[in-house]
Amino acid sequence: MKASVGGYARATDLRHALDLLAASDGMGRVLAGGQSLIAALNMRLSSGDLLIDINRIDSLKGVVLAGDRLRIGALTRHAEIATDPLVAQHAPLLQKATDLIAHAAIRNRGTIGGALAHADPAAEFPACVLALDATIQVEGPQGSREIPAAEFFVDVFETTIQEGEILTAISLPIQEANERQVIHELGRRSGDYALAGLCIVRREARHRIVCISVGPKPELAIAAMARLDEGDEDGAVAALRDGLDPPSDTQASATYRRHLVGVLLQRAIADLNGATA
Amino acid sequence: MTVTFSDRIDIALTVNGEAVEARVPAGRHLVDFLRLDLGLTGAHASCEHGVCGACTVRVDGQAIRGCLMLAAQADGTEVWTIEGLSDTGAVADLQAAFIARNALQCGFCTPGMLVAAQELLNAGGVPDRTTIREHLSGNYCRCTGYEAIVDAIETVAIARSGRGAA
Ligand SMILES: Cc1cc2nc3c(=O)[nH]c(=O)nc-3n(C[C@H](O)[C@H](O)[C@H](O)COP(=O)(O)OP(=O)(O)OC[C@H]3O[C@@H](n4cnc5c(N)ncnc54)[C@H](O)[C@@H]3O)c2cc1C
Ligand code: FES
Ligand code: FES
Repeated sequence: MKASVGGYARATDLRHALDLLAASDGMGRVLAGGQSLIAALNMRLSSGDLLIDINRIDSLKGVVLAGDRLRIGALTRHAEIATDPLVAQHAPLLQKATDLIAHAAIRNRGTIGGALAHADPAAEFPACVLALDATIQVEGPQGSREIPAAEFFVDVFETTIQEGEILTAISLPIQEANERQVIHELGRRSGDYALAGLCIVRREARHRIVCISVGPKPELAIAAMARLDEGDEDGAVAALRDGLDPPSDTQASATYRRHLVGVLLQRAIADLNGATA
Repeated sequence: MTVTFSDRIDIALTVNGEAVEARVPAGRHLVDFLRLDLGLTGAHASCEHGVCGACTVRVDGQAIRGCLMLAAQADGTEVWTIEGLSDTGAVADLQAAFIARNALQCGFCTPGMLVAAQELLNAGGVPDRTTIREHLSGNYCRCTGYEAIVDAIETVAIARSGRGAA
């Protein structure tokens, strides 16, 4: 099918993009990588949108180290995260996640800001930023806000980004010397959205676990984390399975998804205990 | 600075090495622009939501989904389609290997396969079969069962690296 679009404008800088959004009377849609948005437009999930193309805004691009935090511009593409040396050194979870996201041609265009704003519960980056305890920076007519990842995701495809705001960057604490970051998922084919997935960050013997594709939004698996902090691995697997209420759909039943996350946690723990994670 | 939206956008780009100027509807995706406006029908529009890879073309050196990029966004870029890559001979060895290995039957997927394969081979080295499969995971073929496609690409990778070393 063909998209039915109300109009298009190419923003030259962030101010221009915010002005366009403000002038769009609620019909404005930020166009980043387009790998979810243009697919949705082609399927006519919406029509009449006024597209604000942010691809030429240089201030939204790239990765910089600022003290003990890494700042990743919203417009950084999945393929850039995959090869960026700062990401590899300071937030390897994001780099590992890119192997699991879609296919090469989609990774060449898709952006981390788009993935977070889109907030698909089956997507990897939303779970990763929560596991990494990142903050998400947005800019709007009233200025900028920093939102902890734990407060950013609201529901399926829903975040706390307000009308008129643009996601500008992600800021996260850099990996500590003995920290470990692991992501695992299972899908039917390479590049598919996961049937179930899990990422885990271990920092100074404390764990943060977030699952993928098992609920409406990424959430910390608090009970399982507490078990794992105590060294109770079997208890963590049981607590993780008990704490979830995953959806049943044509891809997988809830029971199967609950089983899979336990298997994935066992694999992730094996990775944490090994030398290579 | 203008705060305006347009439903028709003027673009200037190069396609297969030639300068092109056009006025495109805002919702026109790149592969329709190439096929319907420029008559370059090599890349195909099939699923139009990013799943099949039949629309894969090269933009500024990268393989991308032609159905998930607007023509308006291609302003200022350098686009290559299978027509141009064939004319320059850039993929002649891949095309010969595809024929030799029976890596195409109906040929619908082939333009996208060749653009994706060329991107992988341009990265250098000899990718193993797993890497080749992974790189092509977003390009569907309903005819060949993939084995022959992987064979063809592997053959060319080995031949190109030999030629490079010699
Ligand atoms: C076949 C296929 C398979 C895929 N598989 C996966 C997968 O396995 N895992 C995965 O995580 N993703 C997958 N994706 C999605 C892909 O990762 C997208 O790139 C990503 O979800 C959206 O990023 P984008 O930059 O393309 O955003 P766009 O498509 O441009 O935008 C998506 C949404 O976010 C909004 N938005 C974008 N940027 C901003 C911003 N800076 N500020 C405010 N709002 C913004 C847009 O308005 C829109 O509503 C797949 C896509 C396809 C087509
Ligand atoms: S037509 Fe673009 S991926 Fe299928
Ligand atoms: S040769 Fe027919 S789809 Fe691949």
